[in-house]
Amino acid sequence: MTEPLLRTENLQKSFGALRATDDVSLDLRPGEIHALIGPNGAGKSTLIKQIAGGLAPDAGRVVFDGQDVTALSTVARARAGLGRTFQISALAMEYTVLQNAMLGALGQAGSVWRFFRPVMGDSALRLRAEQALERVGLETLVTQRTAELSHGQRRLLEVAVALTLRPRAFLMDEPMAGLGTDGSQTLTAFLDDLRREAPILLVEHDMDAVFALADRISVLVYGRIIATGTAAEIRANKEVREAYLGEEAGV
Amino acid sequence: MSRAGLINLALFAMLPLTAGAALMLDEPFIITLATKVAILALAGVGLNIALGLGGLVSLGHAAFFGIGGYAMGILASHAQSFTPLMQAPFLIEGTKSMPVIWLVAVIAGALAALAIGALSLRTTGVYFIMITLAFGQMLYYFAISWPAYGGEDGLSIWVRNGFPGLNTLDPIQFFAIAFVLLALALWGAGRLAASPFGLALQAARQNAERVETVGLSPYRLRLVAFVISGAVTALAGALFADLNRFVSPTMLSWQMSGEIMIFIILGGVGRLYGPVAGAALFILLEHVLGGLSDFWHVYLGLLLLLVVLFARGGLIGALAGREVAHD
Amino acid sequence: MSVILLIEQVLNGLQSGVMLFLMAAGLTLIFGVMGLINLAHGSLYMVGAFAAAAVAGATGSFVLALIASLVAAAAAGAVVELTVIRRLYDRDHLDQVLATFALILIFSEGTRWLFGSFPLFLDIPDALAGPVMLPGGIQYPLYRLVIIGVGLLVAIGLFQLIARTRIGIRIRAGESDREMIAALGVDISKLYTIVFALGAALAGLAGALVGAIQSVQVGMGEPVLILAFVVIVIGGIGSIKGALVGALLVGLTDTLGGVLLPGFFATFMEASAATALGSSLASMSIYILMAGVLIFRPTGLYGSR
Repeated sequence: MTEPLLRTENLQKSFGALRATDDVSLDLRPGEIHALIGPNGAGKSTLIKQIAGGLAPDAGRVVFDGQDVTALSTVARARAGLGRTFQISALAMEYTVLQNAMLGALGQAGSVWRFFRPVMGDSALRLRAEQALERVGLETLVTQRTAELSHGQRRLLEVAVALTLRPRAFLMDEPMAGLGTDGSQTLTAFLDDLRREAPILLVEHDMDAVFALADRISVLVYGRIIATGTAAEIRANKEVREAYLGEEAGV
Repeated sequence: MSRAGLINLALFAMLPLTAGAALMLDEPFIITLATKVAILALAGVGLNIALGLGGLVSLGHAAFFGIGGYAMGILASHAQSFTPLMQAPFLIEGTKSMPVIWLVAVIAGALAALAIGALSLRTTGVYFIMITLAFGQMLYYFAISWPAYGGEDGLSIWVRNGFPGLNTLDPIQFFAIAFVLLALALWGAGRLAASPFGLALQAARQNAERVETVGLSPYRLRLVAFVISGAVTALAGALFADLNRFVSPTMLSWQMSGEIMIFIILGGVGRLYGPVAGAALFILLEHVLGGLSDFWHVYLGLLLLLVVLFARGGLIGALAGREVAHD
Repeated sequence: MSVILLIEQVLNGLQSGVMLFLMAAGLTLIFGVMGLINLAHGSLYMVGAFAAAAVAGATGSFVLALIASLVAAAAAGAVVELTVIRRLYDRDHLDQVLATFALILIFSEGTRWLFGSFPLFLDIPDALAGPVMLPGGIQYPLYRLVIIGVGLLVAIGLFQLIARTRIGIRIRAGESDREMIAALGVDISKLYTIVFALGAALAGLAGALVGAIQSVQVGMGEPVLILAFVVIVIGGIGSIKGALVGALLVGLTDTLGGVLLPGFFATFMEASAATALGSSLASMSIYILMAGVLIFRPTGLYGSR
């Protein structure tokens, strides 16, 4: 078995009496898509925040590429190679699509401390930004203001910005939300290939996408992981069917 | 050229045209007013780097304006009394040379901004506003209570400082100095806004989480912006003190901070040339309304209130016919 | 330094701290409930002082003067809230700063217009004039003691109001969840006007009480406003308890710093230099205190945000 690139060890997080993350240990191995599913309020976003930074766990560790990153900031984790997309788009809304992608490329290149040359004239950054936009199919919208994008287009831009970072692992929080059937099929195909570049920890509500893509699935209920396994194993798991899938029609 | 671009050009040209016309009509007072507009606009350009680009509502920029003023006052007063600033461990003499004074002002302003910014930027929002205001007030009271440089009464210098090859006592030549510095600052601020740093800084204003996620620290971006902003405002302060040949704690007061902010707002938030329009309008109002009533600040307050409540684009926004979309 | 002088200075510090609390409590309530930063709070302090001075001058009654300060400041606060402030709740902080800065200009110049540039004087009532003998042989002005007492009574009343009464419950609900309180059928805009007027009344009362010790003049409010900001930064935004603790800390630091620091430096420095350095540092002491709190607790001692 390959060494996992990213893993959490016994993560704990409580808000008052609520145990939002309860002894969560999961890992992400090179080349795989590991989907994290669970009903609303199961604590998926809380868990992602602890992995990406921005929310400190009460106990437990986050290990990325053999290094304990639990105490590192969001910024340091991004530098280390964690590429995150947000459930609620976190983009610079006044910027054009290209500017948002340029920002990612700039962050990755680490060349932000330049105060004089126009950034849009930096052909290397620009090329990388444009390539990322092209990969998600936003190349016709480069001059569009981000605030004017549709919800689904913003999700794609989130993915494109993450691509410009050339991360070693992706953390994607519901990238399919708002995409519509065609859009989510296209993105599903894209992520299917993307896993060869870097593994993806995927939080997703779109069960078709999850079962089509995931090498492994973990099911989070009330902050606990009740099962981890392949799509077939999860489908067959009695506990999962009772706790969660039973309520979602037709799976 | 876009309408806003034309307006910018017109605004920019307005100052030297006014000063030139005043020269031909032999109205030195008007030249001095144009100089004042250029210097106050420069202070506004400085604040705008923090406020417009970085979204940092600093209500303490008078601190840097005043530090620039005192850099001038202290160096020049030592030079005119032929006493060194310090003798041990090494000798530092006063100076009457503008370029040296500017350099000292810029460095002092940058260092003060580094210290104040490093603390204030640990917080955001309302805390940041209150803390910058408080630190500004700290320097104000320090200047009042420190007796060596005039305390509450301030410092006067007898003769305006010199610039190699120019007669700075001639109003038009001093105007030229202030205007060239303003032009350089506008050019530099424009480059800064379009630079890699500017892209990241403005992104941090719009969405700090996004900037963190691409591996950039909003705190560092903002701190650097704050330091640049403080340095430019300090340069304006040194010029302002030279214009008046006087510096006092008033330059450090919270009203001054508010006025520098007003220049930006009257002109239009988020516009490079906003401070030029705003400072010009401010001085114009001061002299037109000030001539009509001793209580012209009431009208200024009403105007400001109307601009904030109903015309966020300010003067340039009104002229260009659209509001600037901006937080 | 004699113990008597020290105790006197501690009392002075308490007195200024208690008055700062009246300012800071209103500011922090207004911020906590409405999310508004109000620079014009100092103007309401000034309005209270001028109203008191005018009424005391006309009637000679200090009690009427205090009532006038409360009424005038609350009325000015309500008018300002109804005409300007309520347009600012949904705006960003920059707009709030600018609009309330504009209000300062209007209030200050308007007051100068009405009352002229010369300071007014508000006399301490005869019954409260003169010193009183405290245990231990300390003579202390009775009026200042009364101020401390009034301030503490108001503080207790405010805590009771927030903890016990219907309006207090609504204020706390408004702090935690604006939509919830609207959904409960509370008239939120009326609540906001009341809270703003209440904060204004507290500021006006402080202005009147302090006005009898210092002179009543245009611009008297803003230095106090900025000190109140320091108090809030130290105590934590939205916390009444933080405002009280912060106000007492600031009041004591400011007063004691001015007395103790020059003496401290005089122990190892030449006298005039010690006075200069000591008084300069004392003028900065509360800001140094604020910086220290910021380093260790960026959201203030009792702040949650």
